[in-house]
Amino acid sequence: MEKVVTFLLDGEVIQGQEGQSIMQAADEAGKYIPRLCAHKDLTPHGSCRICTVLVNGRPQSACTQPIADGILVESETPKVNQLRTDIIDMLFVEGNHFCMFCEKSGSCELQALAYRFGITAPKYPYQFPQRDVDASHPDIFLDRNRCVLCGRCVRASKEVDGKNVFQFVGRGVEKRIAVNSEQGLKGTDAEVMDKAISVCPVGAILKKRVGYAVPVGRRLYDHQPIGTASEEETTE
Amino acid sequence: MSDTPETRRIVIEPVTRVEGHGKVTILLDDEAKVKQARLHIVEFRGFERFIQGRPFWELPVLVQRLCGICPVSHHLAAAKAVDGIVGVDTLTPTALKMRLLMHHGQFLQSHALHFFHLSSPDLLFGFDADVNERNVIGVAAKYPELAKQGILLRKYGQEIIKATAGKKIHGTGAIPGGVNKNLSLEERDQLLSDIDQIMEWASGAVTLAKDYTLEHLDDLSGFGSFESNHLSIVRSDGAYEIYDGGLRAQDAEGNIIFDHVENEKYDEYLAEEVRSWTYMKFPFIKEIGPEEGWYRVGPLARVNNCDFFDTPEAEKECKEFKGLTDGKPNNITMAYHWARMIELLHSAEKIQELLDDSDLQGEDLVVTGERRDEAVGVIEAPRGTLFHHYRVNEDDQVTMANLIVSTTSNNEPMNRAVQKVAEDYLSGVPEITEGLLNHVEVAIRAYDPCLSCATHAMGQMPLIVELMDRQGRIVDRKIKG
Ligand code: SF4
Ligand code: FES
Repeated sequence: MEKVVTFLLDGEVIQGQEGQSIMQAADEAGKYIPRLCAHKDLTPHGSCRICTVLVNGRPQSACTQPIADGILVESETPKVNQLRTDIIDMLFVEGNHFCMFCEKSGSCELQALAYRFGITAPKYPYQFPQRDVDASHPDIFLDRNRCVLCGRCVRASKEVDGKNVFQFVGRGVEKRIAVNSEQGLKGTDAEVMDKAISVCPVGAILKKRVGYAVPVGRRLYDHQPIGTASEEETTE
Repeated sequence: MSDTPETRRIVIEPVTRVEGHGKVTILLDDEAKVKQARLHIVEFRGFERFIQGRPFWELPVLVQRLCGICPVSHHLAAAKAVDGIVGVDTLTPTALKMRLLMHHGQFLQSHALHFFHLSSPDLLFGFDADVNERNVIGVAAKYPELAKQGILLRKYGQEIIKATAGKKIHGTGAIPGGVNKNLSLEERDQLLSDIDQIMEWASGAVTLAKDYTLEHLDDLSGFGSFESNHLSIVRSDGAYEIYDGGLRAQDAEGNIIFDHVENEKYDEYLAEEVRSWTYMKFPFIKEIGPEEGWYRVGPLARVNNCDFFDTPEAEKECKEFKGLTDGKPNNITMAYHWARMIELLHSAEKIQELLDDSDLQGEDLVVTGERRDEAVGVIEAPRGTLFHHYRVNEDDQVTMANLIVSTTSNNEPMNRAVQKVAEDYLSGVPEITEGLLNHVEVAIRAYDPCLSCATHAMGQMPLIVELMDRQGRIVDRKIKG
């Protein structure tokens, strides 16, 4: 028998199993904590900080922080949500996100988070970074303009696909998602059915020629904001 | 190019443009007579570069950003080109009819906006009326029923766009080789419940435009008018067509210059001239050359060019329209309004016909074909013939885009219209009068140019008019709106 751990999330008593992260325990209790780099089928990464919560008053990432008996976790408070909003704001200007013609629009987790947090226009100046696309693969399109450096593809390729297609290169503002071949994606063993291709939360990794096949009104977040039900409804 | 070194000095830099204003420069000769008039319009060239490297299936949605006024037209022109890229020449009946419905919805909303909101004040109050009355608010106060019809006709068009493209603006309905949705029975019934009313109002609008034109024919015949060639697509049997047809051009007398030209061959028949003073290009018919080969597009050209309309009400009106000039092309600038309302009526008829067609509830939405690396999509947008031409590499990226937008084709005609008006209202005195300002505005508006300013400020067109002497010195400048 695993040990039951009891803690408080926004004043509500939550019970989880020892070893779970705050996010896992919250999910099981039907409490959504906003996230971007975390994915239910991948090991947590703790890099985007959108899942930031206050644990006994100290900021921690809920996807990596294990639960412990008696901790006080604050998530849906104005202070914490402001922090998250600021991060999302920065993500938008750091890349080249043109939602109006992006095929992921309506099913994009970054966009859905922005809507959830009521962001309608960017607060910070656009950086318009120079980023490349990689269209070399016959079935996969990589558009670095939209990458938020969540690392899901890197982990999915290693952990689920048993490959090593993606990796990060560069540091700071120069950090980019790269592929393990000088010829681009077509030189790797990436395949369109790989987990790594389907976990991208934004429109950076796409199956080619799918485009806008899902009409407006039937897309993932057309009717419900992200996190309304549970994490299950987010990207595969 | 006939520009002298002196006149070349007055090239208008983008920074000197006033945001949201149309800009006209009138060049005078040594006798202070009008030598040339130039309308400065927004340019689209940057977009063609921006598109490069993007995957082709993005095009129909991406290019809608070209224009906030007729995004559906760009959506469909690009979709037709992208059908070609994926090797599809024939859509399923459901896909074709959904696109047609969307297209006619766009015509209805665009023409209603232009006529009721932007142009009716000129017609109802007279060109010289005080701008404080001559606007859509003035119409609403004095002709409330008419103003209401305008708003509801437009709204109906937008509802059709929403039902076919998913959103009222910047939807996604057309995808490579087809569409992403059909029309549900609910959507159909909703739209059908209003169609009789729409038909009635559309008929009324034609009558209004027609009566106005005929009553004022003496004044309008000369107003900003000139002879020109006319270009549009027509159906293979010569019928009026806005989605799929061959190119037809005829001269001012009605002599056919070319006919049923396949869309792919447009660049064998048309070329574009670059002029030093503007980023905008000037298209012309190759066979005739840049001096005389320019042409008009849009409602006037389409009604002139077609042999008939395939819907009864519009055909009746078309016969009357053509009767005025004994079947020869009508070259009166202000006749655009009448022609535009005949088109509005036709679109209403087509919408009714389509809504009654059960193909719209079909499930077969997309076809596939053998991939090609180049394609052209040509349609008639509300403002005129629209060309989208793309080349795509083997990685599915766009490597070349060439677009000829409707307003570009009407560039020279609008300059001519302004020149004509300037000649008539500037008589030896190098001064911009109120009358000149008003009449320049009305003449430009007849063409429904997609200047951002054209829909600005409740129907008033903010306008800057400058008079320049031969040395390029500004001798007078007036700003309006
Ligand atoms: S490509 Fe997508 S999954 Fe990979 S790091 Fe960028 S945003 Fe994350
Ligand atoms: S979701 Fe926890 S840090 Fe990204």
